[in-house]
Amino acid sequence: MISANLLAIFYLISGVLFILALRGLSSPETSRQGNLFGIIGMAIAISITIFSVGNFSTGFLYLMILILIGGSMGTFIALKIPMTAMPELVAGFHSLVGLAAVFVAVSAFLNPEVFNLGSSGNIKIASLIEMSLGAAIGAITFTGSVIAFLKLRGIMSGSPITFFGQHYLNLALGLFLLGLIFYLCKTQVDTWFWTIIIISFLLGVLLIIPIGGADMPVVISMLNSYSGWAAAGIGFTLENTALIITGALVGSSGAILSYIMCKGMNRSFFNVILGGWGATDQSSSSKSKEQKPVKSGNADDAAFLMKNASSVIIVPGYGMAVAQAQHALREMVDVLKKNGVKVSYAIHPVAGRMPGHMNVLLAEANVPYDEVFELEEINNDFANCDVAYVIGANDVTNPVAKSDPQSPIYGMPILDVEKSKSVLFVKRSLSPGYAGIDNDLFYRDNTLMLFADAKKMTEEIIKSL
Amino acid sequence: MEIDPFIFRLSIFILSIFIGYYVVWSVTPSLHTPLMSVTNAISSVIIVGAIIAALAGESGNIFDTANIFGFLAIILAAVNIFGGFLVTQRMLAMYKKKKKDKK
Repeated sequence: MISANLLAIFYLISGVLFILALRGLSSPETSRQGNLFGIIGMAIAISITIFSVGNFSTGFLYLMILILIGGSMGTFIALKIPMTAMPELVAGFHSLVGLAAVFVAVSAFLNPEVFNLGSSGNIKIASLIEMSLGAAIGAITFTGSVIAFLKLRGIMSGSPITFFGQHYLNLALGLFLLGLIFYLCKTQVDTWFWTIIIISFLLGVLLIIPIGGADMPVVISMLNSYSGWAAAGIGFTLENTALIITGALVGSSGAILSYIMCKGMNRSFFNVILGGWGATDQSSSSKSKEQKPVKSGNADDAAFLMKNASSVIIVPGYGMAVAQAQHALREMVDVLKKNGVKVSYAIHPVAGRMPGHMNVLLAEANVPYDEVFELEEINNDFANCDVAYVIGANDVTNPVAKSDPQSPIYGMPILDVEKSKSVLFVKRSLSPGYAGIDNDLFYRDNTLMLFADAKKMTEEIIKSL
Repeated sequence: MEIDPFIFRLSIFILSIFIGYYVVWSVTPSLHTPLMSVTNAISSVIIVGAIIAALAGESGNIFDTANIFGFLAIILAAVNIFGGFLVTQRMLAMYKKKKKDKK
């Protein structure tokens, strides 16, 4: 057995290592070392806990077998998953953390003596509050992430599901939860505890279904944050420093990412959470459906334009991920570079289905990260660039966001693609993007539409280059 | 009067939120996806609670309902730990700088 003080110090060390793991991500060079710190922190936390329980008989054997089973499943998934599926993977993993938090809370509720929380039916009030909060947030994270996973995977439609009085129902359920926690503390009756968990499961589903596909970056970040708060709640219950530190880190990390994503769309957090954005705008888009002249071209035209350009900026979006076009894109850029064309990549904060989604895909295709730029870094360069190659992005390039105060995306920071001498817009059809808004860019004189699948078009361009 | 240990834990919690706030703002946007996967991996430190729950009261009966929930939580957390750290590593390994000969 290890003394409680020593145990706490080891947990503190784990916590510090986790902080260093996040700190390492400030630059790609230090990030790999950071990940190693994280792994060491986790190894310390797990081994010290096993030592502290200090019973190396049957239970220990089961423990090892279960870690091995879970570990090999995790390893298998991590090695097999294609990079384009990263958003649903992360959503899936969040759901596991949420469910684990629920299970630990249930276990602590059933057997409080083990965690020094009092005895069954007479649990300390503070612990009871912490554990119900941990369980509730964990349960919301679980079902919420499952829904997000199904939407991202395409098993469930990405369009928002809304019904009358939805927000009031959620509000009522939330208040009901608080009431249940209050009653649980007062009466210690276990029915309340189970009801809390069931209501939270339901609330998780209801919270995520009204949120549309392109708002997924916010949802994933938010669930990331929730899983952190759930861990922190359990950490308070178990009086465990490592869990409290980690929970706080993860919670604030997810919250910051949600904030960055909302800012990238110029929408308030509540606007996204309350959802139903895509649904309200469909009517306005159908009104303005008049035929405007569009210039369309083929791969040869595109190749000609780019070959004779001195600088090209590539604007990737979710469509590139769907078409898996990142490798073809890199090949095209290689050819262009051989012809002496300067190429860089411009990434909008909300491009793709999760924060940093495009960066990972480009990195996978061996695009050096110092050729990839964020919105603020590159936006002034469009004015001096010859060709902007928009592949799979749409709303984030729509100049309407700057010019039309009536537009729902008005005020959203966009990539100033229209300022470049010519724009090549790879898209399968003229249909409006997720926001349901026509893109002004399609009808500009300097825009050449390339109607095709992103990957096929890019490959054809390579051929004609 | 003695201070309730809860206050100490609350202090750790609040200060950690601040640390998280400043550390995460310094994360470069191009690494936001690995940030999510690594935060997901470290939040599986909840396995610590699962281990205590699973091995508790072992001398008696380790297949109490409470223990079984602990064991289940161990599997879930283990998937996350291995999956989360590995996938992060896989992603980070792909981030490369421009090769020198190309300059």
